[in-house]
Amino acid sequence: MEPFCRVTGPAAPLARDNVDTDVIIRIERLAELDRDALGSYAFEALRYRPDGSEDPDFILNQVAYRDAPILLAGENFGCGSSREGAVWALAGCGIRCVIAKSFGGIFANNCYQNGVLPIALSGSCVDALTMRALDRQGAAFTVDLDAKTIAPPGGEPITFSIDGLRRRALLAGLDDLGLTLQITDAIGSFQQRDRIARPWIWQRSLLPNAPGNKR
Amino acid sequence: MSARTLFDKVWDAHVVAHLEDGYDLLHVDLNLLHDLSGVNALDDIASRGLSVRNPELQLAVPDHAISTDPGRTAMSNPRSADRVPRLRAGAHAHGIRYIDINDPSQGIVHVIGPEFGMTLPGMLITCGDSHTSTHGALGALAFGIGSSEVSHVLATQTLLQKRPQQLRVTFEGRLAVGATPKDMILSLIGEIGASGGNGHAIEYAGSAIQDLSMEGRLTVCNMSIECGAKVGMIAPDQVTFDYLSGREFAPRGARWEEALAAWRGLPTDLEATFARDVVIDAAAIAPQVTWGTSPEHTIAIDGHVPDPNAAPSAAQRQAWSLALSYMGLSPGMPIAGTPIDRVFIGSCTNGRLSDFEAAAAIVYGRRVAQGVTAWAVPGSQAVKTEAESRGIADVLKSAGIEWREPGCSSCVAVNGEVVPPGQRAVSTTNRNFVGRQGPQARTHLASPEIAAASAITGVITDPRHLDD
Ligand code: SF4
Repeated sequence: MEPFCRVTGPAAPLARDNVDTDVIIRIERLAELDRDALGSYAFEALRYRPDGSEDPDFILNQVAYRDAPILLAGENFGCGSSREGAVWALAGCGIRCVIAKSFGGIFANNCYQNGVLPIALSGSCVDALTMRALDRQGAAFTVDLDAKTIAPPGGEPITFSIDGLRRRALLAGLDDLGLTLQITDAIGSFQQRDRIARPWIWQRSLLPNAPGNKR
Repeated sequence: MSARTLFDKVWDAHVVAHLEDGYDLLHVDLNLLHDLSGVNALDDIASRGLSVRNPELQLAVPDHAISTDPGRTAMSNPRSADRVPRLRAGAHAHGIRYIDINDPSQGIVHVIGPEFGMTLPGMLITCGDSHTSTHGALGALAFGIGSSEVSHVLATQTLLQKRPQQLRVTFEGRLAVGATPKDMILSLIGEIGASGGNGHAIEYAGSAIQDLSMEGRLTVCNMSIECGAKVGMIAPDQVTFDYLSGREFAPRGARWEEALAAWRGLPTDLEATFARDVVIDAAAIAPQVTWGTSPEHTIAIDGHVPDPNAAPSAAQRQAWSLALSYMGLSPGMPIAGTPIDRVFIGSCTNGRLSDFEAAAAIVYGRRVAQGVTAWAVPGSQAVKTEAESRGIADVLKSAGIEWREPGCSSCVAVNGEVVPPGQRAVSTTNRNFVGRQGPQARTHLASPEIAAASAITGVITDPRHLDD
């Protein structure tokens, strides 16, 4: 996983609530395409008109924000389906950081597995950053994970909070699996105890050729 | 020990290691793999050179991308024809039990888990699918995860999660005649909003929950994620035990007794408290139908489409306007009477036997309106077989409703079974998002009863007034 340290570039103000992962990436694209090919399909329903042409009103189609590495969103960004393809599609079109009023919980966890930083800020903070982004038409913001700051163009940096565990993992480029593989002994001893405590979980093997499986 | 909730008890029993900031490494008792995220995760661990730690705690089944055409094969949907062979090969390579496309056990992951007694109270269950909360109806702690998290479960049988806050939703009193479990959960989402449960695990409680059958409870827990809660649980009780007893993978004999003793200790202690409490008067719940593009856009079937100018905030005003233009509706119009093109009865929300039974009771002796295409897609092979042997399928078919093979179908439309652009559907599924049932498809979420009544009249219809 690519580490996340600091990102500098335009912040695209999406300014909508409840943007769901179905809208971020259509499910057919996930069934048909490899994850590296998803970038040009991010926000398909908003980005393109029914005839396939670009909708010039959509923020990521505007020159100033086309290559924005930062997205400014509203409440509950990434709600709905657990599809990790939503993060792959955003990353595929160059987005490394999403700043929102709140996030869908599964989406935020998926971000951490892919070196994308989700930052939740108060509504008034996000609104202020959105105003600033619109005012400054594509001027660069800097998000610094080490310092936990967002520096808007021509403004004082503001700080954000993030759990220490998530921050260190992103800085080091470790996903959850990378973290857990460092402590596998604890899993062995848990399972040993659990086999005695809850035999009904363990003694009904779902294995293909376990005795008693009729099918 | 201090008083604990159902959620606390199940979470605590699965902690392998406490990490910092409220994160725990949790043991996963059952992980379900399907033909989208399951395939990705199996590929991912293969590419990382990892193996599956506990294949006996995994189960793989295709449901999302497969065709539901009668007589289907894995190849019927050419655009995703590789998903089934890849899932099968991945499962076989790692010694994971795989249920094939036309096996008698096949079905939507969240339908077959409870149905075969794979889901048990007190278990921790994961799946790369946000409606995994469904299994919470049996008192399991179950939630959807992304495909990298699925890889994590495959490789380590654990998952890293932050302990959420807890929200208790109490449905007091009794449901009115004509109101269904779908109406209960839609009303809740309407009341607290699509992000109202973010960061929380929900416990559903109260007399109206206790009165529900297991199938009704599954419908309620299923849609927890539509208000942002990854987890929705109901305390196991006699309804749960009666439902599970004798199911294929449920424990038997002495093991059953032993498990039962443990399960009886799971309900929330009387003195336990929740970070938030929401109380809903069940008797006041009217049959619901959605008008917009978020499950929170729900109104009573006899209500009117809201006016964006009356929205509580500027953000909502904008969202409502966009939703109305996408849906092709105008403010103030009664939602009932809106002409429709399609009806879809199925999904992990409402694709169980009682759902088709309810639909059949309404369409019995009637015909689907001209110009309306109506589908019934059973949630599993077991549901299909049972509905056929009880004559339910025949009633639906005689009414002109297509009776299909089990799978997700138009709920997510990844298999090509879309609602065509601009068409309007009444759907018993869980999401009315923009493009969810196909590009430019217009979805109204509702109960099987409303869907069936609307199929008959060709307009959105209150089943209580079908004979008027
Ligand atoms: S029926 Fe719909 S919501 Fe349920 S698992 Fe399938 S696609 Fe997801």
